[in-house]
Amino acid sequence: MMTRTWCVIGLMAFVSAMPASVRAEEIDISIGYLRLETPSRPVLSGLDPIPPARGIEGAELALKDNQTTGGFLGHHYTMDVVSVPPEGDVTAAAQAMLAGHDLVLLDMDDEALLQVADLPVAQAALVFNVSEKTPALRSADCRANLFHTVPELGMEADALMQVLMGKRWTKLALIEGPSAEDAALAQSYRDAAWKFGLKIVSEASWTFDTDLRRAAAREVPLFTQDFKAHDVVLVADAHDDFARYIEHNTWEPRPVAGAVGLVAEAWAPVVEQWGAAQLQSRFEDLTQRDMTAEDYAAWAAVRVIGEAVTRTGSAEPDVLRDYILSDGFELAAFQGRPLSFRTWNGQMRQPIPVVNAHAQVASAPPDGFEHARNPLDTLGLDQMESDCHAFEN
Amino acid sequence: MLLKTKISASLLALAFALPATASEIWVSNEKDDTLSVIDIDTLEVVRTIEVGERPRGITFNSDHTRLYICASDSDAVQVMDPETGEILHDLPSGEDPEQFVLHPDDRHLWIANEDDAVTTVVDVETRKVVAQINVGIEPEGMAVSPDGKTVITTSETTNMAHWIDTGTHKIYANTLVDARPRHAEFVKEGTELWVSSEIGGTITVFDTADQSETGKIHFEIQGVHPDLIQPVGFELTPDHKTAFVALGPANHVAVVNTETLEVEAYILVGRRVWHMAFSPDHSQLFTTNGVSGDVTVIDVASRKPVKTIKVGRFPWGAAVRP
Repeated sequence: MMTRTWCVIGLMAFVSAMPASVRAEEIDISIGYLRLETPSRPVLSGLDPIPPARGIEGAELALKDNQTTGGFLGHHYTMDVVSVPPEGDVTAAAQAMLAGHDLVLLDMDDEALLQVADLPVAQAALVFNVSEKTPALRSADCRANLFHTVPELGMEADALMQVLMGKRWTKLALIEGPSAEDAALAQSYRDAAWKFGLKIVSEASWTFDTDLRRAAAREVPLFTQDFKAHDVVLVADAHDDFARYIEHNTWEPRPVAGAVGLVAEAWAPVVEQWGAAQLQSRFEDLTQRDMTAEDYAAWAAVRVIGEAVTRTGSAEPDVLRDYILSDGFELAAFQGRPLSFRTWNGQMRQPIPVVNAHAQVASAPPDGFEHARNPLDTLGLDQMESDCHAFEN
Repeated sequence: MLLKTKISASLLALAFALPATASEIWVSNEKDDTLSVIDIDTLEVVRTIEVGERPRGITFNSDHTRLYICASDSDAVQVMDPETGEILHDLPSGEDPEQFVLHPDDRHLWIANEDDAVTTVVDVETRKVVAQINVGIEPEGMAVSPDGKTVITTSETTNMAHWIDTGTHKIYANTLVDARPRHAEFVKEGTELWVSSEIGGTITVFDTADQSETGKIHFEIQGVHPDLIQPVGFELTPDHKTAFVALGPANHVAVVNTETLEVEAYILVGRRVWHMAFSPDHSQLFTTNGVSGDVTVIDVASRKPVKTIKVGRFPWGAAVRP
């Protein structure tokens, strides 16, 4: 009897001591990264080739971050990457991936994303969109199991307009490229300009098929000569095709923004504040190249998983989902503010760096753009603007 | 005649005595590769000294005859004679030393190597690395217990305080804190450990006996969004009844009652306030304001800012030389 009592007391002491240090329950977390490759497009310049492992290497860096933290907690992180060729069967690949992983990053277009997110096997999983900016995925086409660490087009366009507005550069001339993606980008600029009270005074469609590397100095001044009085030339060029030849070739001496010049994007090599230089240098050590916005989105997704697993001590998708959507979730992500998720559509809230080639010009939202909930919600689809209902219960 | 000689002799004595007795605040300027030395009597910068690249953490040895400087981008800890401003030698520090703490034995520097996820222990006499301990990603905050038995490293991306046994150089506990821990201090004779979390916006209080969390300090400033209230460095009055906490881009220093863990006052300082140091008599507090490139002098009794002193670009660390 005596021995038994002692035993109980001993156990109690042990139990109450538990929260003292971090619990050491062993957990295996296997993350999937599924990519549907995009066919390469002809562009005018080969100066900035797309890194073959763009996105994937961002996830790899975050995996290492998670593994280090997990090492102190008994949490073992692994990641499997599958890259499907453009003409390949992404659904079959997703079936196979989801059979063994219930936390999966998706690097693919919106059509493929929805096919994967709607698979029966995906319903108990948590999938992260790390590449597709289409606003519809955060609105009518949203899915309860689908989170977005990549910002939607409107978040970047809003960021750019906020910064232009702060400078009182409010009259814009817009050049729109020929592709459907260029049209979507141009529309996001129009919407954002309207939202913040800037004016697009002239628009022009880019139709040239000349070799601009040689003809830009002759063609672009004429092309921009008829613009009404404007402060900034805005270029909607989603594929990095012609925009680089606009800057410093315009008829009027005006700054260029959008696809080139002053650019709003989730991450850029020039971001260095808030400890960002450390993330940049760790990425460079790992990959021998600069970290892109695509790498950042994938890095953030894997870090979101890591942070949620660390704090909940679980790798169950529904537990992680609840935590990620809760007030308690915040990710330190080298942007000077904690990142979190919008509970109405699963989009990650994030500041948007507004940069040029050599420096960060601003971090949007700049001072003065306020919001009842969070200043970051001045960027992109706010609750009232989103037609997403999948997150309502 | 005799009288006159006496007077000039005492004047001379006074003149010689002044530079030696005037206390100073030393500030590291991260983006100028210099130190600014502030005279506490005149509240002016009296010396600017060139050092290695990207100086951040600075600390004096116990008798203030040596200054240790984390020259992060030189991958070295520099040892300076503060009298002459001369760099005597470098210590091997591991890569990218950011912050460190000098053990009470006055001999071992414990250094956080931010880029390398290790804590390095250096013997300042033999100038050799004694140990390297694997810690979380981006180690930064360093603290040593008054009895010298425990050193804490906090890691910014792993979000932990690592408790290291100084005898064995082994981690004996890891405790989670809120996002992006920056600074740690032992409080109340080592019975408590405080860790500030920049992105979490809190200070977590631990009982050092069993590493259990016993409290959390929250901050709230009217008109400042909570996301911008980012505690970094903090210092305690000698009786450990009051803590002063730098709140980064909130541009305020909070005054915290260490018994109730309630904030009693917020003091407006320069932009992105980072670290701080007291004057030797603890009547004044000097804060480094990274973005505005200056130092705010706070009158401790009235809890009011009394002066702003321009220093170099991105002032980071601060240390007092009595």
